[in-house]
Amino acid sequence: MGRGSSVNKRIIPKGLRLAPSQVFGNFRLVPILRDTVRGDLRFTRRVYQDDLSIVSLGGGLMDSGLKYISYIPHGLVMSWGNQQAEAIPETKLFKSEGKAMQLGPVGLRVMHRMVRREERNRLRMLPLHLAMEGFLALHFNAPEIAWSEYSREALSSGLSPRMEQSVPGWASAAFSEALRMFELHEQQVGVLIFRAELLLSACILSHPEDYRAMHRALLEDFYGELLLQYGFLEEVAPLGSSMEPHRVASLADLRGEVERLRREWADFLQDAMVGGLLGTEVTAAPVYEAGEFQLERFVTRLVPSEENHLGELITREDGELEYLRTYRLSAAQTRRAYLLKQLAAAGWDLDSAAKNLRTSRDELIVRMKNAGFGYLLKEHVLDEAVNRQHRRR
Amino acid sequence: MKDAAAIARAEQVAREDLVMFVNACFSCTGQREFYNDARGQAVSIEFLHEYILGNYRRLYTRTLAAGINHFNQALILLNLLATGRQTPPGDRREEGALIAAALRALPPQRAFRVLELLRSRRINNRRARAIAREYVAGRPDPDFDAVKYRSKLRSAVVHAHLKLEGERGPFLFHGWRKRVYTRPLLEKFRQAHYAQEALFELPFTIAEGLARKHGIPRSVFLARIEPRLTQAERLRLQGAAERADGVEISLELGRAPLTKLALYALSLAPQARQERRAELHAALEQAVARTLRRAPVALGRVAAVLDNSFSSSGSSEKRRRPLGVALAAHYLLSAAAREYRAFWTTPIEDPLLGVARGQTDLATRLLDALEWGAELVIVVSDGYDNGPPNALVELTRVFRTKLDPERRTSIIHANPVFDSELFAPRGLGAAVPTVGVRDAEDLPTVLGFARFAEGAAPLSELEDYLAARVRRMLEEEA
Repeated sequence: MGRGSSVNKRIIPKGLRLAPSQVFGNFRLVPILRDTVRGDLRFTRRVYQDDLSIVSLGGGLMDSGLKYISYIPHGLVMSWGNQQAEAIPETKLFKSEGKAMQLGPVGLRVMHRMVRREERNRLRMLPLHLAMEGFLALHFNAPEIAWSEYSREALSSGLSPRMEQSVPGWASAAFSEALRMFELHEQQVGVLIFRAELLLSACILSHPEDYRAMHRALLEDFYGELLLQYGFLEEVAPLGSSMEPHRVASLADLRGEVERLRREWADFLQDAMVGGLLGTEVTAAPVYEAGEFQLERFVTRLVPSEENHLGELITREDGELEYLRTYRLSAAQTRRAYLLKQLAAAGWDLDSAAKNLRTSRDELIVRMKNAGFGYLLKEHVLDEAVNRQHRRR
Repeated sequence: MKDAAAIARAEQVAREDLVMFVNACFSCTGQREFYNDARGQAVSIEFLHEYILGNYRRLYTRTLAAGINHFNQALILLNLLATGRQTPPGDRREEGALIAAALRALPPQRAFRVLELLRSRRINNRRARAIAREYVAGRPDPDFDAVKYRSKLRSAVVHAHLKLEGERGPFLFHGWRKRVYTRPLLEKFRQAHYAQEALFELPFTIAEGLARKHGIPRSVFLARIEPRLTQAERLRLQGAAERADGVEISLELGRAPLTKLALYALSLAPQARQERRAELHAALEQAVARTLRRAPVALGRVAAVLDNSFSSSGSSEKRRRPLGVALAAHYLLSAAAREYRAFWTTPIEDPLLGVARGQTDLATRLLDALEWGAELVIVVSDGYDNGPPNALVELTRVFRTKLDPERRTSIIHANPVFDSELFAPRGLGAAVPTVGVRDAEDLPTVLGFARFAEGAAPLSELEDYLAARVRRMLEEEA
């Protein structure tokens, strides 16, 4: 994945602390606080008003080559430095970025890369799209051995076009309400978003002021389809433990008990509810090195039975987590990625991949078709396998 | 034996229903809140009214005297007038007297609105007509009413077949199209449709529309209509006057009601608040003194836990009301208590300069207040706490059962926000009584009601309490 060599690591929320959650309907928003803010890494939101954006991933802006196409409402401008970095308030595009075009009723913008350095201490990145692009590019290349089952297009151009669907935050009115009603803490730098007690996304920035400015813009970002799917579930059940009256003999004890509840709740959140993201092993690939900050993108193990996230993060040299954005993959997305991973591991040989998956070759082909990868295989191979499977049933 | 238990249970249910209803009537206005929308609020409160009316008619009527807010008084009046046939014969006299008294005590615009709603809800019976007739006849300045509340008065007159004396009848139905009136105010109203000069003699709300018709610039209009403004209009138009160049609307801040004044102070920009701090502070103290003269309360060592978190910014319909109520309560309690200390959820040096910002940590502040050794802790908050789940409920429960079973310290939660999903203001757990409040001026009344919310007092006591308030209200009227 990605440009650099990937490594396995764990996301450690160093320098961060979870505060008690705030619940609105079946949304649970957990504020993330940072106790010492160094102020040398700032983020500003840059708003794009195009209907569709095309990001040129390699080569020149208008050259033919790999492209990433999506609706991109905003980017992040990151500035860093030894002295106190300033967040630059941007009200409009100070300089038209990339190339804007009009295609009938559709406004288009062609942009340079996911991450682009603009000045010595300034970087423009497209949050989440960066991670999503890494995910789409997983095992993107064509099979190296020309197995006879694969179609000509698959052998020449790989998985292209590879696509995934996601849901914008504003598709859920309840999410908008939850963000509106959320009460920000003074030292808050991020938030964990749960719906029906499932972690949908995490957002962590470096500076509380930047987060305050970004908070309502979380609505513009894209989320896994669970954002809508789990909207049909009832309200979440109240969680929480009780005090033990026999331990309380004075007001100081009572204060201690409140503290204990607070600690226990934070631990519970960290272990039980965010355990699938923070502290688990992820595959991370470096994307950019900006001074002492390292930008990486990552994806979790992609095991269908676990929760899976992809995202990007920035860590300081001393390991402090300065930035994190994540996206929860839906079960179908995970299955697709898992299938690709298995195929790639078997060198795209269908027989050995089927053996690894403990299934038959025909069933694997049907699975590929159901996952949306039917276009990789030759038509007659697909039909025969489907027919055989059908007859057996 | 079984019957006794059943009766006791029925009593408990009745008491809880009533407490819930009175609480809702203290705080709910059917407007949008921070956490609920207006539609939900309206559905919720209307259901409560219908439920109580159907089950406890006499107590429903008597709630009119409990010091509830105008919105709910108007709703009760309408519902009672609509269902007069169901009144038991023994209660008719009291109900009629209460309706008349409550209608007279309402601000005129609300009272006339009730009469207008009688028409649109098609409520027409002998009692409703008599009530309308009595109300219109009892107004001190009929000409002024005819001009200022013209359309509402006309609905009432049409609907209740009222006979008006003198020129008011033709005025209501022909208006400015008649040749000439002899009553000066009616004549001014007629003239104002043709001449600009005359409209400055009219009440502000009527003149405003006519000024638009004549194309009078806003600044000229505001400057010339200034002597006609009521106190509430003066307060409301301060911002408008500031935006119109060179207009100043004089305002005796000290005469404004306490909560309105607090809301006005909070509506100013921080810079302006800083500059006018002494003036605002003095005005608030004056308003408190006036409130306490009317309803004296003497309290001992009082701590107030006041919520200035982001949710106290209210909604677009009730801008900053929870924060305004907290600020007004702060001033009221500091004057009424022998010893007083405020604990804001986000500590601030000067409450007058406060803003609704940050999260709510009620548990820590409540502990601070208890440690300070208060006899009475009053929590003014919307009841949403951001502590660990259950912590606040547990805190109050353990405090009540373990540390203070003899109730040396009482904790009362005054909630300015009605939660439409709970049909009640959101509470802090079973150990703390929660009462609704709309204006901080009502705090003395509300504190008197708190013992029923706690659930300790039996239903009979609540009935006696309401009956006593009814007697007092009717005596004041007589």
